[in-house]
Amino acid sequence: MRPILIRGGRLLDPSRGTDEVADLFLADGKVQASGRDLGRPDDALVLEAAGKVVCPGLIDLHVHLREPGQEDVETVATGAMAAAAGGFSAVCAMPNTDPVTDNQAAVGFIVSQAQRAGKARVYPIGAISLGQKGQQLAEFGELVGAGAVAVSDDGKPVVSSHLMRTALEYARTFGIPVADHCEDPTLSAGGAMHEGLVSTRLGLKGIPAAAEEIMVARDILLSELTGGHVHLCHMSTRGSVELIRRAKEKGLRVTAEACPHHFTLTHEACEGYNTNAKMNPPLREPEDREAVRQGLRDGTIDVICTDHAPHHYDAKEREFDDAPNGIIGLETALGLAITELVDSGLITLADLVLRMSVMPARIFNLPGGTLAPGAAADVVVLDPETPWTVRPEKFYSRSRNTPFAGRELRGGAETTIVRGQVVFQRRS
Amino acid sequence: MSGGLSLGKDLVGLEELSADQVRLILDTAEPFKEVSERAIKKVPALRGKTIVNLFFEASTRTRISFEFAEKRLSADTVNVATAASSVSKGETLVDTARNLEAMRIDMVVIRHGASGAAQFLGQRIRSNVINAGDGKHEHPTQGLLDMLTLRDRFGRLEGLKVAICGDILHSRVARSNIWGLLKVGAEVGVCGPATLLPRNVHELGVTILPRIEDAIQWADALNVLRLQLERMQSGFLPSLREYNRVFGVTTERLARAPKDLLILHPGPMNRGVEIDSDVADGPHSVILPQVTNGVAVRMAVLYLLAGGSPDWAQGGGDA
Repeated sequence: MRPILIRGGRLLDPSRGTDEVADLFLADGKVQASGRDLGRPDDALVLEAAGKVVCPGLIDLHVHLREPGQEDVETVATGAMAAAAGGFSAVCAMPNTDPVTDNQAAVGFIVSQAQRAGKARVYPIGAISLGQKGQQLAEFGELVGAGAVAVSDDGKPVVSSHLMRTALEYARTFGIPVADHCEDPTLSAGGAMHEGLVSTRLGLKGIPAAAEEIMVARDILLSELTGGHVHLCHMSTRGSVELIRRAKEKGLRVTAEACPHHFTLTHEACEGYNTNAKMNPPLREPEDREAVRQGLRDGTIDVICTDHAPHHYDAKEREFDDAPNGIIGLETALGLAITELVDSGLITLADLVLRMSVMPARIFNLPGGTLAPGAAADVVVLDPETPWTVRPEKFYSRSRNTPFAGRELRGGAETTIVRGQVVFQRRS
Repeated sequence: MSGGLSLGKDLVGLEELSADQVRLILDTAEPFKEVSERAIKKVPALRGKTIVNLFFEASTRTRISFEFAEKRLSADTVNVATAASSVSKGETLVDTARNLEAMRIDMVVIRHGASGAAQFLGQRIRSNVINAGDGKHEHPTQGLLDMLTLRDRFGRLEGLKVAICGDILHSRVARSNIWGLLKVGAEVGVCGPATLLPRNVHELGVTILPRIEDAIQWADALNVLRLQLERMQSGFLPSLREYNRVFGVTTERLARAPKDLLILHPGPMNRGVEIDSDVADGPHSVILPQVTNGVAVRMAVLYLLAGGSPDWAQGGGDA
């Protein structure tokens, strides 16, 4: 494998507090050295990075890659390529596939599909319950043995508090977090969007913010009860952010993530019955969007994830009530985060790398998230400046369901390196 | 009259219309009232036009009203009633739209259980689309016929106080009335149990009247909505009996009103639930004139969307 010398870029590694113009040398799948004017081995591939930002590869803790079951909308390979194009060196795949990733063979299948693809790393997340039915615990030990990095019934809430409690207790044995999709289904049933003025005007059944917050509060209490690590998925309300802030003040093992659409859009995006603005949790109110932004600024929300959820265009081309939830996000997340959070002055670029690489690696205990010598050679070279327009037809993802088509963004991945190999290079 | 003013391609809801467009429809409906009083109830305004009445939800009154409006304008009509919504089986709404388009029809009247279905269809076909009720969103011709009936009785809409009573949450009739009345300067109150008032509804510009007694004190007219009988199962109400006791429009309650209130109901009525029979059949009820006006309003909408000039209609429709 050919060594790589990334020369003259701004080396930004919040895991070590590094922010300097320097070279980075990668060989044997690992970071070997960083510094000024590193010597160049004859066989090294040299990437000139002057004016660019060199940082640890981004890590997305929450994607849906649809394989097995819905390979027409995404596969592990197409999802891993979309991830690489978005600057992600690793993604964590949720288990709501068909069949559900609730056993070691299913986990092993995703691991092997990811290896065959050879793009971004794909870490499976195992199911909490068999078939995600919310009744019997899945075999966490075997899931972890086969390569799962966390457990979740995402897509569905864990309705039973008893099951959530036992999952948190049992997961401690294996040192993995339990990631929960927080939703009280008795409050959200039949809901198509956020409950508020827009749902009232459109005549759509709403999902109140309390449907999320009740479960956030419950999960925090159960984390306190069990000492287990609960990871709260895709937080969308100001109430949730406040609950997490208080839990962290108490020192509980609670971590949380938020998605670009929740810090960028509000429920007004559903106007005109735009099914590409239909997702769960739904787009909320301006005050909620602001709370999510502040949560990302002060660290109440630890990470930015995408909740990448591919759907066939036919599925979204229908009545709002009947359209499926979710949007794709791997190829827009970085541009949205830079445009909405960094360019607006809310956070620094170093904070962004913290939320999109360093913290995800720490929370799920994954390789990467640092450029320290000896670390995995998972690196992204970013161009934080160049404006571009979102053109879904150019996505590597097999799906096109995004509300951001035509949006002007700044910043994106130039080169993505995984295990010391270039897996994506932007076409110029 | 308002030269050059038109409705655009579709009538999806009253929210999108300007006050002038609302008035244009009401004014255009006036001469069409007379057509239905003739021995030969027909004018040639839409001769040669083909209209499909596409009803994905059961409807008697609205469908018949549209059909009479179309026939009295000399259009050729086809009724498609399908119990199966696109949710469970059958072709998707977009495929239905494409097939209608391929048959070169001129107008589609659609009733559908999903909010936004009329707009969805209108964006995908060249034909004019008229919303005959979409989910919990709007039922614009019902709103218009209610307004025409109010205007007939009061001679004006501006400054009028209209209380809409009942299940506002699930009602497309309520939304169309709210938008239409507010546009032309009426005041709108909503009255119903808190479980059946939509979130943030006051931000639409309506007054919330917590008790039916409040509505009766406040209003010039009550528009009493039909209570869907399945609301008990879904936990919105304890019982019909209690609903009638607390929110029913009864003679006893109306007797305490400071003035005589006009009583509207979009039908079909649950007598003894939201409205007592002696009120529905009483001297201040305009429930049947509403139905008569429904035909005229729908004729006006069809005629205007087809590109008809309001002046022509004013002239008696014989050109």
